[in-house]
Amino acid sequence: MSVDATTVRRIAHLARIAVTEAEVPHLQGELNAMLAFVEQLSEVNVDGVEPMTSVTPMEMKKRPDVVNDGEIPDDIVRNAPETQNHFFLVPKVVE
Amino acid sequence: MTDLTSLTIAEAREGLANKSFTSLELTDAHLAAIEAARSLNAFVLETPEKARDMARAIDAKIAKGEGGPLAGIPLGIKDLFSTRDVRTTACSKILGNFVPPYESTVTSQLWRDGAVMLGKLNNDEFAMGSANETSCFGPVVNPWRREGSNTTLVPGGSSGGSASAVAALLCMGATATDTGGSIRQPAAFTATVGVKPTYGRCSRWGIVAFASSLDQAGPIARTNRDAAILMRSMAGHDPKDSTSVDRAVPDYEAAIGKSVKGMKIGIPKEYRLDGMPTEIEKLWSEGAAWLKAAGAELVDVSLPHTKYALPAYYIVAPAEASSNLARYDGVRYGLREQGRNITEMYENTRAEGFGAEVRRRVMIGTYVLSAGYYDAYYIRAQKVRTLIKKDFEDCFAKGINAILTPATPSAAFGVGEKAGADPVEMYLNDIFTVTVNMAGLPGIAVPAGKDAQGLPLGLQLIGRPFDEETLFSLGEVVEQAAGRFTPPRWW
Repeated sequence: MSVDATTVRRIAHLARIAVTEAEVPHLQGELNAMLAFVEQLSEVNVDGVEPMTSVTPMEMKKRPDVVNDGEIPDDIVRNAPETQNHFFLVPKVVE
Repeated sequence: MTDLTSLTIAEAREGLANKSFTSLELTDAHLAAIEAARSLNAFVLETPEKARDMARAIDAKIAKGEGGPLAGIPLGIKDLFSTRDVRTTACSKILGNFVPPYESTVTSQLWRDGAVMLGKLNNDEFAMGSANETSCFGPVVNPWRREGSNTTLVPGGSSGGSASAVAALLCMGATATDTGGSIRQPAAFTATVGVKPTYGRCSRWGIVAFASSLDQAGPIARTNRDAAILMRSMAGHDPKDSTSVDRAVPDYEAAIGKSVKGMKIGIPKEYRLDGMPTEIEKLWSEGAAWLKAAGAELVDVSLPHTKYALPAYYIVAPAEASSNLARYDGVRYGLREQGRNITEMYENTRAEGFGAEVRRRVMIGTYVLSAGYYDAYYIRAQKVRTLIKKDFEDCFAKGINAILTPATPSAAFGVGEKAGADPVEMYLNDIFTVTVNMAGLPGIAVPAGKDAQGLPLGLQLIGRPFDEETLFSLGEVVEQAAGRFTPPRWW
């Protein structure tokens, strides 16, 4: 399988990465090189094989459903590019 | 007094215990070495004041006979590990001046055991790379050069800063991480020992995530014994990482020097590649002969799905990366680029903050997870992964204790040499190491010789799950036979 220019633009948008028109042909070439490389997987017989979900057999650990952290709003917002009081600021979402 | 930076961790531990020198002296010697080696670009942040404070504090403890297994030992920390109040960037512009208000579990255990932090080490951006060329701080330089040449070589990646700093005697050991070979390949390129532990052995909490089902932290050191000493402090159960395994941490150092007599060592035929340099082939036979001379039995084995590990990896790892890296959106930390609306703000931030390799992998990961392609790519790759793991299980079920392979298909190459249009050429570096991550197994890279141009080459040993001890015993046999290799100082 290979991707065309429209697909490259669609993937970029899904990945939330701005791509200029000038970058599209280059990206298309690179993505197609990767897709050509992984194409050899289609020759493997995977009939009846379970897809891996966990590399080490283990039971999902659970912890008690209790609050064990918190009251650290200063720490939480300390690295944010824009904040007001203890809120993260983003461009207006609803008019 | 001998140069303190040339000591191993084991030797320094002894010197500190019998008061031949203090941790502050040892730390100062390393800080001076780091300053004199800035041309290697191994450190992205030096923390001399913190280092001296930590050294003084541990000296006071040593004087009272308290200490700890790593008391006073100066280490370098890959910039993928979050360090409280010390800038952590994963060598990406998108994290900017991120200063974590928390400490990764692995590093917190090193400090608990008395180690001293010298600074943060360079790596490929988000650990995506095999040459340390994708870092936003620029490439790391390998202290090794070809004989009679001034060509700048890469130290491998992604833990290139860790490997370069340990090889150049800038720190006694370093933390590193390995998703497809990022500890073992740079170790092989720099004549250092690199250990990728079993998946779940070390906590991933507080380490910047790349591909969560493959990532593991491990040490890079100059000897097997030093790597074993570091491993004991780094490993252990952590309730904050649900994939961390609740299993006692053995005294890995006790495995050093243990007899390997009667062990069965698998030699997998699939690792003999067409066009493989004869030097690599020769190194491999030599390594096998050393293990045999030490009493191990060599057994030809087959791992039939080996060739599919790398293509499967280049679906699974980017898929997980695209999901892990979704968090870098310019809202909670790091870089923000403005946009006319919130979507544009996200898109501009991520276009500006991620480097070319990261953008490419996030995009391929997004594609293989997108509607209509998920089954054909992602599910198929995860099925192939099951088969790769089964190959190893079948092999171990026949009584094989460990598997011996070359660590890399070549020695270190020049900066920029593999930056061509086809990203796959760079990816082929990990062809011998990536199977281990796909199967969640432990692996060690050990220096074993040099090529005709005087560059170091390494061997890899792959073990049964949670049997790192056997790898240390076998690694020590190789080290005793091959000797140790130190680059001549030119920087």
